Amino acid sequence: MELIWQGTKQAVLLLIHGDPEVLRIMLLSLQVSGTATLLSLLIGIPLGTILALSRFPGRGIAISLVNTGMGLPPVVVGLFVSIFLWRSGPLGFLELLYTPTAIVLAQLVIAGPVVTGLTVAAVQQLNPRLRMQLVGLGASRLQVVYLLLKEARLPLLAALMAGFGAVVSEIGASMMVGGNIYRQTRVLTTATVLETSRGNFDMAIALSLLLLLLTFGVNVTLTWIQQRGRTP
Amino acid sequence: MSGPILCLERVKVTYDGMLVLDAPSFEIQEGQILAVIGPNGAGKSTLLRLLGLLEGPTEGRVLFRGQPVQSYGNLLAVRRRMASVFQEPLLTDGTVEANVALGLRLRRIDSVEVNRRVQEGMATLGIGHLAKRRTRTLSGGEAQRVSLARALVLDPEVFLLDEPFAALDPPTREGLLVDLKAILDKRRITTIFVTHDRNEALALSNQVAVMIGGRVLQIDMPERVFAEPLNEEVARFVGIETILRGHVQSVSQGLATVEVPGWALEVAAPLTPGERVLVCLRPEEITLFPRGATLTTSSARNQLYGRVIRHLPAGSTYRVTIDCGVLIVATVTRQSWEQLDLHDGAEVVAAFKATAPHVIHCA
Repeated sequence: MELIWQGTKQAVLLLIHGDPEVLRIMLLSLQVSGTATLLSLLIGIPLGTILALSRFPGRGIAISLVNTGMGLPPVVVGLFVSIFLWRSGPLGFLELLYTPTAIVLAQLVIAGPVVTGLTVAAVQQLNPRLRMQLVGLGASRLQVVYLLLKEARLPLLAALMAGFGAVVSEIGASMMVGGNIYRQTRVLTTATVLETSRGNFDMAIALSLLLLLLTFGVNVTLTWIQQRGRTP
Repeated sequence: MSGPILCLERVKVTYDGMLVLDAPSFEIQEGQILAVIGPNGAGKSTLLRLLGLLEGPTEGRVLFRGQPVQSYGNLLAVRRRMASVFQEPLLTDGTVEANVALGLRLRRIDSVEVNRRVQEGMATLGIGHLAKRRTRTLSGGEAQRVSLARALVLDPEVFLLDEPFAALDPPTREGLLVDLKAILDKRRITTIFVTHDRNEALALSNQVAVMIGGRVLQIDMPERVFAEPLNEEVARFVGIETILRGHVQSVSQGLATVEVPGWALEVAAPLTPGERVLVCLRPEEITLFPRGATLTTSSARNQLYGRVIRHLPAGSTYRVTIDCGVLIVATVTRQSWEQLDLHDGAEVVAAFKATAPHVIHCA
């Protein structure tokens, strides 16, 4: 307990003094996980909407695959993205391994199925007759999709939160494709592991607190957007 | 006179190989208020979706103002000349005002015009005071008024309603029915109205189509459909419970004698001896007396003796089933039931005039 207490005190001091290394790590985490989440929204929402609204052979299998992808272990993702990005791999020519972009790609593979799967559920939980009603009021196909997504905005924001939560907290993929390189690919999770292994518990606790604060801050903002104007 | 506004030609709709709608020819005239009635699963809603261009036929074609809808090139443009309202209000999350404006906004009508029409639409449906309310706080009746206003502000050439009152309680339903009738009478919008409630059809429409088993079996003025059904299925659906099979024995001075099992009935109808017919009697056309009582209804030429086998309460009346060798269903007020000391097992006379039955000619 003493260790935690001491660590927490030093962590607060580190934060108050605005340690430049800690701030750099935090900003990189936000940037990498934010970008991965944004990209997963750009891919996952349209894909999830198509899966929810269309009928085609193999649709059930496609949804099952997406749902399975929601539980992909980050280490496995890290391994396969590494293989793809190795110099001898199919995407090796891009020379992305051990760069923040590589972490974004790996986190996209993690967050993509989460956002897609939750989008399918969000659109499917709407009253199925609403779609016909909108068509009956003269909505074009695009207008129907826009209005359905607007109606499903609450669960879609939950999908966004789940996607961000999944990537900001993962460590396996970031470690494997980013390499935890000082001032280049070190993010909050990988840095926490490193400092813990070094026995620098004050730094490790400071980084953990920052990770919690970052997650809390993002989710408070998203929850505020989600819940404003709603009464129980 | 202009041609039909909507027309189905040799239309068939099948789902997974099962025929759910078969409409060789079906027309809606401009200004017509057509109620489509029929039991559940009759294909009424499918017909409505087809007419509203919300789904296409498996076979045949839909014509709007004389032209196949495909020939308009843009189905959306034709669909935007119509408006649909369903059993559930299906409002979007937001204010009443925003919901009423939805269809107008989809058509990219300018804001000033949208505002004018929304205010007018809300006033017409009596929901002006709800303008700023969130839709999820509305009662069922209020929500359905918003749904109707949302469709009516579009000034549709064809207005399609799929059981819009089915989920409402009776007083709310009645109020909305009265208001909607006033609006439709005033604006003369071509309306197709699906219901399984015969009273709603009578109250709102100037034409009634009866659908059973995916086919339109009769289409006519409401009074005629209810008084003169074309066949046994329609007769049963429009509330005729006593249908007796028989054949015409003789005809004399416009009065036919029809033999039904155990009885010879006198029927005032243009019939030919030897013809096979169905004699249809509405419950309210039959008067009941205890056996042995002096009959006061001298014009009741038909008097069948039988025994009450059951009675079921139906509002202020009883629906009484009498076994006269054939089963006859009559309606008796609760007051008469008590005054005449009727009860299950009582011996009674079921009397009706020769003009009371509707006769269906059998093929």
